Amino acid sequence: MKQSVLDLQQEVNQTLGADLLSSEIALDELTIEVSVEKALEAFTKLRDELGFEQLIDLCGVDYLDYGQANWETMKAVNSGFSRGVFDFAEDESDDEQQMERRFAVVYHLLSIEHNRRVRVKVFPSEAAMPIVDSVISIWNCANWFEREAFDMFGIIFKGHPDLRRILTDYGFVGHPLRKDFPLTGHVEMRYDAEKGRVVYEPVSIENRVNVPRVIRKKSSPQTV
Amino acid sequence: MPEIRNYTLNFGPQHPSAHGVLRLVLELDGETVVRSDPHIGLLHRGTEKLAEFKPYNQSIGYMDRLDYVSMMSNEHAYVMAIEKMLGVEVPERAQYIRVMFDEITRILNHLMWLGAHALDIGAMTVFLYAFREREDLMDCYEAVSGARMHATYYRPGGVYRDLPESMAKYEESKWNSGKKLDKLNETREGTLLDFIEAFTERFPGYVDEYETLLTDNRIWKQRTVDIGIVPPERALQLGFTGPMLRGSGIAWDLRKKQPYEVYDKMDFDIPVGVTGDCYDRYLVRVAEMRESNKIIKQCVKWLKENDGPVMSSDNKVAPPSREDAKSNMEALIHHFKLFTEGYTVPESEAYAAVEHPKGEFGIYMVSDGANKPYRMRVRAPGFPHLASLDEMVKGHMIADVVSIIGTQDIVFGEIDR
Repeated sequence: MKQSVLDLQQEVNQTLGADLLSSEIALDELTIEVSVEKALEAFTKLRDELGFEQLIDLCGVDYLDYGQANWETMKAVNSGFSRGVFDFAEDESDDEQQMERRFAVVYHLLSIEHNRRVRVKVFPSEAAMPIVDSVISIWNCANWFEREAFDMFGIIFKGHPDLRRILTDYGFVGHPLRKDFPLTGHVEMRYDAEKGRVVYEPVSIENRVNVPRVIRKKSSPQTV
Repeated sequence: MPEIRNYTLNFGPQHPSAHGVLRLVLELDGETVVRSDPHIGLLHRGTEKLAEFKPYNQSIGYMDRLDYVSMMSNEHAYVMAIEKMLGVEVPERAQYIRVMFDEITRILNHLMWLGAHALDIGAMTVFLYAFREREDLMDCYEAVSGARMHATYYRPGGVYRDLPESMAKYEESKWNSGKKLDKLNETREGTLLDFIEAFTERFPGYVDEYETLLTDNRIWKQRTVDIGIVPPERALQLGFTGPMLRGSGIAWDLRKKQPYEVYDKMDFDIPVGVTGDCYDRYLVRVAEMRESNKIIKQCVKWLKENDGPVMSSDNKVAPPSREDAKSNMEALIHHFKLFTEGYTVPESEAYAAVEHPKGEFGIYMVSDGANKPYRMRVRAPGFPHLASLDEMVKGHMIADVVSIIGTQDIVFGEIDR
């Protein structure tokens, strides 16, 4: 582990104090978590006291399907190994939708002065209506990043002056990077010669899994 | 008295100087821009979503299609993130090859930018000159990967294969024959490295040609000097990286400050601007081409002297040799596993960034231990650059909008993803 990262961790601990929910170092990168309520305060401290003058990236993460694989080898032993693929995206129960800590907003900060980086995570409290404070006032470049996170995940940024969709089409419905949004989408578009205009229809293709998602843990090798 | 109102103008999405599919809604007061609202996303293909549904190696090709004028640099960030999470060591020769191709890519990108930027402002010749050199560099791409643009050459653990021993030659045809053919094939007799070396010898002369056409050109200076000035503190606030940040006078380059691969062994300088206007950013990029040329030269020298593997020998990540797979049971299993299921990446998250020709290109990857990324985020340098367009064009004339779009080096593949 690099000494510079350990030093940074200590400095961050001192500066943020009780506002810091967790702080860990993995792969020489420091990841900290702050609460939604204290986020703005913490970010201001990070910028002004620790010199993180640049917001390199801001993005959302949806933890809905985290750790789920769609191919269980153990279950299929008696019936042989089929390509029986379990599509967990369609198996939505309500409590999953309501899960806490479903969405995260991840900030990557860079200090040009001290040449170091930190990753900050903020978990909005409600999965049905995730709200975090906008950081535009701290880093102006957050404007489009927040619009994108809103567009892709439906995360609301309180205090954003112009929270419009940015990457998807005009009039698009849904938030495409959410885990319960299918890869194929919901609608397809074609030009209708009779009507003389473009029409939207429900998708006609089915989602197909070519390579199943498998999780293998190094410590417990699978028996083949 | 007639009412005087601001005029709203729609620019793009199909406009030659929009550098792709940019739609700008401009509010004008006479010819002065009061407000601009870029509408992006017309090239959105959902790369981040697609990557979540594919084994790691199958997404490398998508990286080429992000910023489609600096293909290998995109791949580089992607494979670096995976290597970081897997803890794979890259052989030294592969590191040199990567650095060499990163710099070839930088020249490719800057030539494209220079040609298009000059064309937008009205200088036609530079475009033709720049594409003459791009042709040679794309031949290098083709020699190693078989594709002139979308190479998919970098792999986690190294590069797909070693540099070829021969260069493709022009064949005799109705258009190319006799002395002309000999001249075309003059530098193609030896290996790829000989070809690249010959290129690095000629290239500084070519850069002088572009500079003769532009640097002291009165029209060029009228169109770029003092246009789109970004002071350094604003550049930081707006999330600028790469030449945009250096043009504003901040000497920040990941190749120097957070060196990856073998950049710490390279001898090169970081050009920095003074005023932060379009002209300074032009000078920075032209100087960068010369520096890249120096780096390529050093890589060629090392690669000629040193041999070695170009791919990690860890068969959990890199496929075994064809020969092994046919004679060795374990190698066969590895081969089968790699090409059906792919490798699984331990549960972790990582951010890997490279100094891309346009700025900091980063990949933030979250893995839950599966053979596909749980979340793959592309941090595109052009995204915050274009976001600052409103601030940069405010108060300028409408013709300057074109200069400023040009100076930002916008490519929609990476912005829309």
